[in-house]
Amino acid sequence: MNYVALRMLLHDRAKYLGLIFSVAFAAFLISHQASIFSSLMARTTSQIMDVVDADVWVMDPRTQNFDEVKPMTSNALLRVRSVEGVEWAERFFKNNARAKAPGGLFRSVILLGVDDATLVGAPRRMVLGDIESLRDPDAILLDQAGYNYLFPGEPLALGREVEINDRRAVVTGICEASAPFQTLPVVFARYSLAVNYVGRERNSLGFVLAKGRPGISPVELSRRIEAETGLTALPQGAWGWRTILYYIGNTGIPVNFGITVMVAIIVGTVVSGQTFYIFTIENLKQFAALKAMGVTNGKLTRMVLLQAAVIGFIGCAFGVAMAAAFFLATKDISHLRGFILRWQILAGTWVLIAAIVAAASLLSVRKLRRLEPAIVFRG
Amino acid sequence: MTAVHCHQLTKEFGTGATRTPVLRGIDLEISTGAISMLVGPSGCGKTTLLSVITGLLNRTSGRVEVLGEDIDTLSPDRQAAFRRRNLGFVFQQYNLLPSLTAAENAAVPLFADGVPYARAVARAREVLGRLEMTHRADARPAELSGGQQQRVAIARALVHDPALLICDEPTAALDAHTGHAVMEMLAAAALSPDRAVLVVTHDNRIFPFAHVITHMEDGRITHSETNHHEPQ
Repeated sequence: MNYVALRMLLHDRAKYLGLIFSVAFAAFLISHQASIFSSLMARTTSQIMDVVDADVWVMDPRTQNFDEVKPMTSNALLRVRSVEGVEWAERFFKNNARAKAPGGLFRSVILLGVDDATLVGAPRRMVLGDIESLRDPDAILLDQAGYNYLFPGEPLALGREVEINDRRAVVTGICEASAPFQTLPVVFARYSLAVNYVGRERNSLGFVLAKGRPGISPVELSRRIEAETGLTALPQGAWGWRTILYYIGNTGIPVNFGITVMVAIIVGTVVSGQTFYIFTIENLKQFAALKAMGVTNGKLTRMVLLQAAVIGFIGCAFGVAMAAAFFLATKDISHLRGFILRWQILAGTWVLIAAIVAAASLLSVRKLRRLEPAIVFRG
Repeated sequence: MTAVHCHQLTKEFGTGATRTPVLRGIDLEISTGAISMLVGPSGCGKTTLLSVITGLLNRTSGRVEVLGEDIDTLSPDRQAAFRRRNLGFVFQQYNLLPSLTAAENAAVPLFADGVPYARAVARAREVLGRLEMTHRADARPAELSGGQQQRVAIARALVHDPALLICDEPTAALDAHTGHAVMEMLAAAALSPDRAVLVVTHDNRIFPFAHVITHMEDGRITHSETNHHEPQ
């Protein structure tokens, strides 16, 4: 009877396409909006995740996210270094500054300062130049997207000068950096230089990056540092999540995206459910005839579920394909970098669509199970 | 051999003040190897009797045996299986599936019984051939005339070789000539010593095809008559 179910489904092209469209629309909105949301949240942690040298980030306990840093006194570095199990610990500076290109173009930039001697925290993926050039006078590394913002349409070149907070800086390297939450250029400089760009504050030490001795896990190292210094110490992943949770809890972003996803689910369920129900009602006489001829309720239910599964599969495939096409088409656009369709969202979309079509087919199944087959004898 | 046996069969709809008796003590026997017609005015209870005999409605009281089975006592799934294997249906409105070809429509009872597609359709083509429908086997219902559609419906009713064929007003939607032709084919294809054919109709033009005509009125059987001439 599977063949009969599929032929019944495909017979009315308009309704079939309507069903596919409603499911595809829901799948597209769910996967697209969820991807934008998750990518946006992931972008809040970009500069955390780009640091690959350290196991643990140490910060003032009042620092809640990467973009709002409460500086610590400089002796925090020494206190961290003194903790048993710390292999090394280095300074890491984070602040915002204003960069101005020779043509007058300016952008706010994320200014990251890495330890002068070890360069711990410096980018590892260079497009042009090398990390060691950071040791040059006034040297900065600029991320490629940032370069394109400040020198639009110009080829990548080293030695270009910019002003950072009215002080001279020379681009000695162009690196790759994950897209930040805001579409700002990312500038790396030596710690001492970065502090000078921003101007003297009483305290300037944003973070201490620490590495544990072999055999000591980041979690254990964090626990030890917190216990002995009173500072907050978090492994990279936990620090990223803390930043994400801050944004989730303190901005309207999740609510707005959540509403869109909910609307997609509701519209998808209602539209496909209604169309599917109408489809069933219009075929009621045929279903009744089948029932009279001895097709069981179980078999009719399987027929409807098969029809729903086909609609769900094709509709969802179209929907996620549209979302994937969107992200593929926009992957090279600077301000849309980092927006990707994650496999988890793909899987989640399939699960939600399965739930939507199951819900949509419930009414039809209920109707068929209660269908009185004797109606076939009523002309 | 008796295919259907009803004894003091009653059926009521509703309860209390809205209780409506539709069948009021029906005694009826339908034999194999013959075409039996159940006739009477609209609303006399023919359709209800048909529904009770086929297990689509439960009786209120009395007894009904179909092919020796008290169908009312079977579970819904066993009832469905019983109908699927032993009963063939020809409906007034044909109730063909518009998305299937004539051959596929005729094969539906076999699909329902799990027969593989190729075997089911081959068997359906064979039955359609007996009804002179070979040339239209791949047409869809919308491409067929009323008479052709009813022939497909007859093929569907016979494809699984049922012991009881139920026909509900098989000629009601057809003109006199087509109706006569359809009945001729039905009689030729369906009549067999092991099969009973029960036709519900109020089309007196097809009475000559009956071996036995049972008259109903107001929920009761008023009388039966046997066609002493060889039916057409």
